[in-house]
Amino acid sequence: MSNGILVICEHDGGVFKKTAFELLAKAKSLGSGSVTALVLGADSGAELGGYGADKVVTVAGDFASHLTGAYVKAVQGAIESLSPAVVLAAASSEAKDGLPRLAARLGLGLGTEVTELRADGGAVVGRRPVYAGKAFVEVQVSSSPALFTVRPNSFGIPTSTGASAPVASLGLSVGGGDALTSVVDTEAPSSTVADLTEAERIVSGGRSVKSQDGFDSLIRPLAASIGATPGASRACVDAGFAPHSAQVGQTGKTVNPSLYVAMGISGAIQHLAGMRTSKIIVAVNTDAEAPIFQHATYGIVADMFEVGPLLKQELEAALS
Amino acid sequence: MIIGVCLKQVPASDSRIKIDGSGAGVDASDLKMEINPYDEFALEEALKLKDAKVAKKVIVLTVGGSDSEQRIRDALARGADDAVRLDDAAFAGSDSLGIARILAAAAQKEGVGLILAGKQAIDDDNSQVPAMVAELLGWPQVTVVDKLELDGGSFKAWRQSGGGVRDVVTGSLPAVISADKGMNTPRYAKLRGIMMAKRKKIPVYDAAALGLDPASVGAAGAKVTQVNWSEPPARPPGRILSGEVPSMVKELVTLLRDEAKVL
Ligand SMILES: Cc1cc2nc3c(=O)[nH]c(=O)nc-3n(C[C@H](O)[C@H](O)[C@H](O)COP(=O)(O)OP(=O)(O)OC[C@H]3O[C@@H](n4cnc5c(N)ncnc54)[C@H](O)[C@@H]3O)c2cc1C
Ligand SMILES: Nc1ncnc2c1ncn2[C@@H]1O[C@H](COP(=O)(O)O)[C@@H](O)[C@H]1O
Repeated sequence: MSNGILVICEHDGGVFKKTAFELLAKAKSLGSGSVTALVLGADSGAELGGYGADKVVTVAGDFASHLTGAYVKAVQGAIESLSPAVVLAAASSEAKDGLPRLAARLGLGLGTEVTELRADGGAVVGRRPVYAGKAFVEVQVSSSPALFTVRPNSFGIPTSTGASAPVASLGLSVGGGDALTSVVDTEAPSSTVADLTEAERIVSGGRSVKSQDGFDSLIRPLAASIGATPGASRACVDAGFAPHSAQVGQTGKTVNPSLYVAMGISGAIQHLAGMRTSKIIVAVNTDAEAPIFQHATYGIVADMFEVGPLLKQELEAALS
Repeated sequence: MIIGVCLKQVPASDSRIKIDGSGAGVDASDLKMEINPYDEFALEEALKLKDAKVAKKVIVLTVGGSDSEQRIRDALARGADDAVRLDDAAFAGSDSLGIARILAAAAQKEGVGLILAGKQAIDDDNSQVPAMVAELLGWPQVTVVDKLELDGGSFKAWRQSGGGVRDVVTGSLPAVISADKGMNTPRYAKLRGIMMAKRKKIPVYDAAALGLDPASVGAAGAKVTQVNWSEPPARPPGRILSGEVPSMVKELVTLLRDEAKVL
């Protein structure tokens, strides 16, 4: 008999990601049985009880670098020992790499990047954007467990009740046998801000920043003033003003922040594809006819080189 | 070595997507189709490996109807040597795992030693097929790769990992690699390639030719079904501020703090 929801809770060296709290609270609210948090590579997680975990299970091992084989084996082990009806994970690079492989191994169905989840009788049904957000579709998974990855910031971050959950090791041993690949080097991130896909605030610049210096002196400081992650249009990236990893859109990152500030971005359909689900969109553009204004919550028709520094000052004042 | 490139046709990235009347899917009647942009990076990487004489042959693998033939010919025109189209009434309604089973069977039949795919098809946006193909074949995978090096029987691949970290991943061939933007700049077809591609035969394999159990693919084998298609929720009309720049900026920050509550 399968039952309950297993939530893969990601962390950085024992510090849980916000997506872990978000998914646990959602899992709890579905009322589909017990909620179990799965923690890979750390022997902790009692605080996850405050967000809805009834219990926490851990798998020991080195998961600091993502290794497909170890990840798949660990989640497989957890599924085999707990028989959950549903497995949820954030749509992180790890889960998007590992869960399809696991689905193929066990013959399971997987729904990618859902932005809504609801209980439907005994089952959990997802809803997800397709065609880069130009359409939505309901995704029904008939296998048990049903696997879902959830786009970060879809449900909002709950506050902890302060409860604590029991933590127990699953006693699995991973590693060795399933070493498909090795990570021989990791290139550190160029900044310490949140990854675009998980960021709650993003400030993006377009081609009209004119140079790398323009991006570094206009977009980066404005982003830093509100703890936002800098992003860019493809035209900006292709011109070499911002790194590829900053690109938002169809062939870049899909983002879902609560605040997205588009500085000098026209709002081409391929850019919108990556950011249209942002909760609040601010557009600054000299052209009142720019398509971005049709999607903006707030718009300013003006020169971003004039707006940028003033906006930074005002934001700093508002946050201090 | 033979490289297999998984190539899918998708609506052009600037297409308007209309839901058909019943909400059962997308109205595809006047969509302009293109090669999935990530598959263009996969194809280009394969062609570069052939140019460098690391690969002997590049073969395109497509699960799709006869309307995808034009995209396959585009790939042949750019320099792919061969292509197979995988098509059978039994394939209709496949989920990602069904598609992966078909592609894995084709890769085996063609003796492929490296599979290059896109990180994601920009129609269903699933990002599932490449890792599934790897598992079905028992090969290592590296997904979302923007740089690849081959050295004899081993590979080195660079991928964006979580938190802005870039991992350098090694393993041995055969393997599946899924391509991200940044890997290369896709070439255009030359006239001579276009002429040659016109004459190429594109064999079509069905379930029997691939040795697939029809119950394992298509709607019969699918664990995932997509229903109730709808347009995205409309955004309420936005507000364009007016006045001098300093006052607009002040008003914006007030709105962000007090109305939108995002500060
Ligand atoms: C297959 C495919 C995939 C693509 N993928 C992506 C993607 O992932 N992401 C993406 O972004 N694009 C993507 N594109 C490209 C997309 O179509 C646009 O070309 C791109 O988004 C334009 O970038 P931009 O807005 O910076 O530049 P432009 O379209 O050139 O717009 C510049 C804007 O800046 C404004 N401006 C100029 N000066 C100022 C100033 N001083 N102050 C304020 N505003 C100013 C202008 O009015 C204009 O609106 C893709 C295209 C294709 C074909
Ligand atoms: N029908 C198909 N035919 C060939 N390759 C495909 C097909 N569907 C998906 N793929 C490959 O798998 C990649 C990821 O697709 P997806 O998992 O559907 O997002 C694509 O970029 C293609 O390389």
